[in-house]
Amino acid sequence: MSQSLPADSVGLVSPQTLHFDEALTLASGGTIAAYDIAYETYGTLNEDHSNAVLICHALSSNHHVAGYHSPDDAKPGWWENVVGPGKVIDTNRLFVVGVNNLGGCHGSTGPSSTDPATGKPFGPSFPIVTVKDWVRSQVRLSDSLGIERWAAVIGGSLGGMQVLQWSIDFPDRLRHAVVIAAAPKLTAQNIAFNEVARQAIRTDPEFHDGRFYDYNTEPVRGLRIARMLGHITYLSDDIMREKFGRDLRDGKIDFDFDVEFQVESYLRYQADSFVGRFDANTYLLMTKALDYFDPAADFGGNLTKAMAQATADFFVVSFTSDWRFAPSRSREIVRALHDNDLNVSYAEIKATHGHDAFLMKIPHYLDVMDAYMDRVAREVGT
Amino acid sequence: MTDQLARPDFAIIADWIRDGSRVLDLGCGDGTLLGYLQRTKKVSGYGIEIDDEDITQSIRNGINVIHMDLNEGLPEFDEDSFDFVVLSLTLQAMRRPDLVLQEMMRVGTEGIVTFPNFGHWRSRLQLALKGRMPVTAALPNHWYDTPNIHLCTIRDFEILCRRLGFRILERRAVDHVHKRSLGLRLLPNLLGQTALYRFRRAASA
Repeated sequence: MSQSLPADSVGLVSPQTLHFDEALTLASGGTIAAYDIAYETYGTLNEDHSNAVLICHALSSNHHVAGYHSPDDAKPGWWENVVGPGKVIDTNRLFVVGVNNLGGCHGSTGPSSTDPATGKPFGPSFPIVTVKDWVRSQVRLSDSLGIERWAAVIGGSLGGMQVLQWSIDFPDRLRHAVVIAAAPKLTAQNIAFNEVARQAIRTDPEFHDGRFYDYNTEPVRGLRIARMLGHITYLSDDIMREKFGRDLRDGKIDFDFDVEFQVESYLRYQADSFVGRFDANTYLLMTKALDYFDPAADFGGNLTKAMAQATADFFVVSFTSDWRFAPSRSREIVRALHDNDLNVSYAEIKATHGHDAFLMKIPHYLDVMDAYMDRVAREVGT
Repeated sequence: MTDQLARPDFAIIADWIRDGSRVLDLGCGDGTLLGYLQRTKKVSGYGIEIDDEDITQSIRNGINVIHMDLNEGLPEFDEDSFDFVVLSLTLQAMRRPDLVLQEMMRVGTEGIVTFPNFGHWRSRLQLALKGRMPVTAALPNHWYDTPNIHLCTIRDFEILCRRLGFRILERRAVDHVHKRSLGLRLLPNLLGQTALYRFRRAASA
């Protein structure tokens, strides 16, 4: 039975796909001859196309930012808390575009898509894509949508990294850059976590060097472990204690290796729900894109020089309990921006949720975002 | 268009700041001063604030606000980055006012400080007659719930400036409506409720 959708939701939405025949040369030197980009839009593009906002997604999300695909959808898009009519990113005022990155597994061309040359999934032959490549593909999407300059490009985590790259590579094409829970590059510890996740996938006997599609299987065990590891790093010690403590599922210790603690049950549930909806090769690609991200590398490792390219106004947000992309990493970005006398505001949100806080309904977070997005919308006269 | 300032000490600060200069406003509150300076004096710069609501309000007021704890200094700013560094009615709430002043003079060419003068006769009288910590219009909190942990008098401040090697360029003492009178000029430490200072490093020209 269909239920009624919340009034402050963009409601029922359908993904769209754009096909590009122009080859995209990648930072790795590889090329993608032709490709699809999946995206969703919410709100209405105004006459002079000035009220468009691009939302870049994080590691395991996609173009489905807000709303529901069907009336029976159990869950809305991943940023439903923020995007919608009257919400922080107000679809009554702004035209919002969510995009699925190349290499993804939800409609944009990626490892699970069919390689026209072989008629089989690309698998491991899908080239490594980087944040830079994504931004260039998003520029092409902007052109197709008739958007010369985004009112704002917004993203959290890996999405925030895309925003930074946008501001450096295409400064004239965005008015505001909103960088949430991001870092100017990964730490060795971050890369280490990613490598463990990748090793879990790649050493799964069902991985078949990435050709698992040919065997009608998937590296379920590896993907589960990768997801569990990821989940631990996205949360904080505090929120795990708050949510689960050391609570036992059956109220007693059984002295065996079945699920005993609630936190184990939670992790297994998260892992299970990830399998079947996320492609293992895409997970490898996305974590690599994270590892490689370093916009300062083109500027002798000097982030200030890198950000000297930018002209956008910036809003940088971090969360106190985010130990994966800690506030100190955001402050590196802020510093590079004010070193260049760029307009930047920075808010450090008190939150217990860890890295995942950027998806949560935290009052101060929503307040500052609302204040900033109101500025963005007022500037374009909506 | 007239731009009204709710806090009268802001008008004096604004007078002191040159058009088009780069300003760092420490403890910028809701961004009123910096917003006013942006509109009327075409200044650029940043506000520093730690209070959540003030940060939100500053963003609404269209200024650049950076969440930072002034008690940790200004390590993220380079030397001589600003023409003016402003600290209005915040010095007395700092853990180490001397260190904050030093940081101001490191990152800025000129410093502007305003603070409630504890040497004002009302404070003196309350302390002398009642033997209790003063509660006045300028210092409305009780000793136990006040954010003001380092109150000082005009004389104290000037001694500290000398010790830190600052040259005071301008001083004003104003009463609660921020008017100046002959009495205020003659007896600033006794009659001034709010003190305003503009200074630079003594070594610089």
